[in-house]
Amino acid sequence: MATFVMRPVSRIARRIHSSKAIQRDLNTSSACSAQMTVRESLNSAMEEEIKRDPKVFLLGEEVAQYDGAYKVTKGLYQTFGDKRIIDTPITEMGFAGIAVGAAMAGLRPICEFMTFNFAMQAIDQIINSAAKTHYMSAGDVNVPIVFRGPNGASAGVAAQHSQCFAAWFGHCPGLKVVCPFSSADAKGLLKSAIRDDNPVVFLENEILYGRPFEMPEEALKDDYLVPIGKAKIEREGTDVTLVSHSLGVLRSLEAAQILAADGISAEVVNLRSIRPLDVDAILTSVKKTNHLITVEGGWPHFGVGSEICATVIESDAFDYLDAPVVRVSGADVPMPYSTELEAASLPQVSNIVTSVKKTLHVDSALQTN
Amino acid sequence: KAVSWKFLRCYSSTVNEANVTVSDFKLHKLDDGPETNTVLTRDEALKYYREMQVIRRMETAAGTLYKSKEIRGFCHLYSGQEACCVGIQNALTLDDAVITAYRAHGWAYMRGISAHGILAELTGRKTGCAKGKGGSMHMYAKNFYGGNGIVGAQVPLGAGIALAHQYRDEKTVCVTLYGDGAANQGQIFEAFNMAKLWDLPAIFVCENNKYGMGTAVDRAAASTDYYTRGDYIPGIWIDGMDVIAVREATKFSKDYCLSGKGPLVLEVETYRYHGHSMSDPGTSYRTREEVQEIRQQRDPIISFKQKIIELNLTTEEELKDIDKSVRKEIEEAVVKAKADPRPAIAETFTHVYANTPKYTVRGCDAFSVHTSS
Repeated sequence: MATFVMRPVSRIARRIHSSKAIQRDLNTSSACSAQMTVRESLNSAMEEEIKRDPKVFLLGEEVAQYDGAYKVTKGLYQTFGDKRIIDTPITEMGFAGIAVGAAMAGLRPICEFMTFNFAMQAIDQIINSAAKTHYMSAGDVNVPIVFRGPNGASAGVAAQHSQCFAAWFGHCPGLKVVCPFSSADAKGLLKSAIRDDNPVVFLENEILYGRPFEMPEEALKDDYLVPIGKAKIEREGTDVTLVSHSLGVLRSLEAAQILAADGISAEVVNLRSIRPLDVDAILTSVKKTNHLITVEGGWPHFGVGSEICATVIESDAFDYLDAPVVRVSGADVPMPYSTELEAASLPQVSNIVTSVKKTLHVDSALQTN
Repeated sequence: KAVSWKFLRCYSSTVNEANVTVSDFKLHKLDDGPETNTVLTRDEALKYYREMQVIRRMETAAGTLYKSKEIRGFCHLYSGQEACCVGIQNALTLDDAVITAYRAHGWAYMRGISAHGILAELTGRKTGCAKGKGGSMHMYAKNFYGGNGIVGAQVPLGAGIALAHQYRDEKTVCVTLYGDGAANQGQIFEAFNMAKLWDLPAIFVCENNKYGMGTAVDRAAASTDYYTRGDYIPGIWIDGMDVIAVREATKFSKDYCLSGKGPLVLEVETYRYHGHSMSDPGTSYRTREEVQEIRQQRDPIISFKQKIIELNLTTEEELKDIDKSVRKEIEEAVVKAKADPRPAIAETFTHVYANTPKYTVRGCDAFSVHTSS
């Protein structure tokens, strides 16, 4: 399998579509003036919001003096001190409950889970205490909390540290669930999540933390917000729609580049939000391309792709489909450790390319790998 | 004021206040504890008596409504435990916070929700304190965070509410209640740990009514000294049938917490007359004789009544008048609740999110479209 050079999205786009107006957002903004990694943008978002609103504070394991297990919260403790940045013991159910209680009582906590695998220990507090309270109290009590941390596969961390929770949390009314891809996404969505008066599950990706992205001018400002519930077209196309979130967007863009060499124009939709899902963006794209592939890192059954499939089938976009919707996902196994087994468990570019070609009934002999 | 008018008119033989000795406390890792000698005023005596009677009558009314199927689902009655919420709340203000589990009707009343608001919620009316959307286990008021259905979950929440008070430098505490059954939950110990580490102004209160659903305390807990289960957190055991003892312990605890000494664990030993909930007769795991004995010898309302009459703070007739007035209040609340309108179907789809632009909420099929506001 050929290796792919990891390049920022904008440069790939400019090379392939030099004559067309490219991604709406990157082209209409002023010249990109800086690169930031996802980690830096998350840090920046939290710093700005903690400075802006005295009610915002952060708690979690190793977030303060250790600078964060993945260094996402680096420097915040130095800047803000003990009151705003709180190291907790390794007791997820307890500190998540404390964070939810503090939110009920009017503060705006950011509760970090070192990974979302550990959030399972706290899931009762997330669902039964946070998500449902505004409804049960008929609007008397709201819970303005953000639960954030890395979600899904990392590299070589095996079964108990690799699960994707997008579908689990996306299932629950009362939660908002967001999932950034780029650095601009990360910054704008985290700021929106912190300002939202509801519990927001903010699913990051450890593999993307270190990846640099071009930041448009406005994303560098301290009032840059990305609305929750709005997807982004990362790459326009006409033959097939690839809908994804988080790392899956990167794989989809890589697949799109390969497909372009074979004359197939793929549109890549970056969901950015799992709940609420930007159904309009998906349906508009499907009506344009007539073919849909969903891409996600989580397990196939009862997943995000299943939901998108059902949504499209129930809509008027169904009549625009020229082929069944097809899902690309993680394999239906707990994550194995060995490199080749792990690779076989995670959606690769080849899975997407194969799925597109089968959907479009293109000869698979043309498949480049 | 009505009470002093009556005083002038009929009860000139009663006194305005009296010295009271309460039952002893047991202390854990505390050198000094709450006062056993205190002053009870006439106004306080009448207030506490009335409050306990309202709760007792309201819970009886709720039981009757449940049996006639006007109340559905879960209904956990507080009868027998009145001295706990009345004693605790009378040492707090409504700026202090309270959070409890699902046996919450007495607490909802003490936190400012009227008997009508509670009964209307129980009977699913739109005039209920949660507009009919919460039910028995989910009643809220200002600084009263329910009503929580998941055993033990309210304890970390309560520690978090205390953290918010501390964060804002407020001179208020959060009282977090849980039962003897919940006392073995791991998350409670996680909350204890953080509350002590961070000196949170949290008063944890175990309402020990001797049975976690159908399981007696000695079958569930390796240590039934719940006031010591906070280990490094000092604790106080209180006779939960003595409303003044409960009040004094709470006064002491609030002062302790707000002086920066950190949390406390209180155990109020009490008893519930009804089963765990309306679907439990409460006789398969305890004898009728045991229940009768408590009713006759340790009832919090009867024993308080005897005490305040003995102390000359009031008379039998005056208390009878209060009983009559309470009966009327509850009867009227029941009649009104039963006549109140039911919520509109559209309310099914509201309040999922706060301060969020209108959106479409999916109903039970692909063709029913509802709006969030």
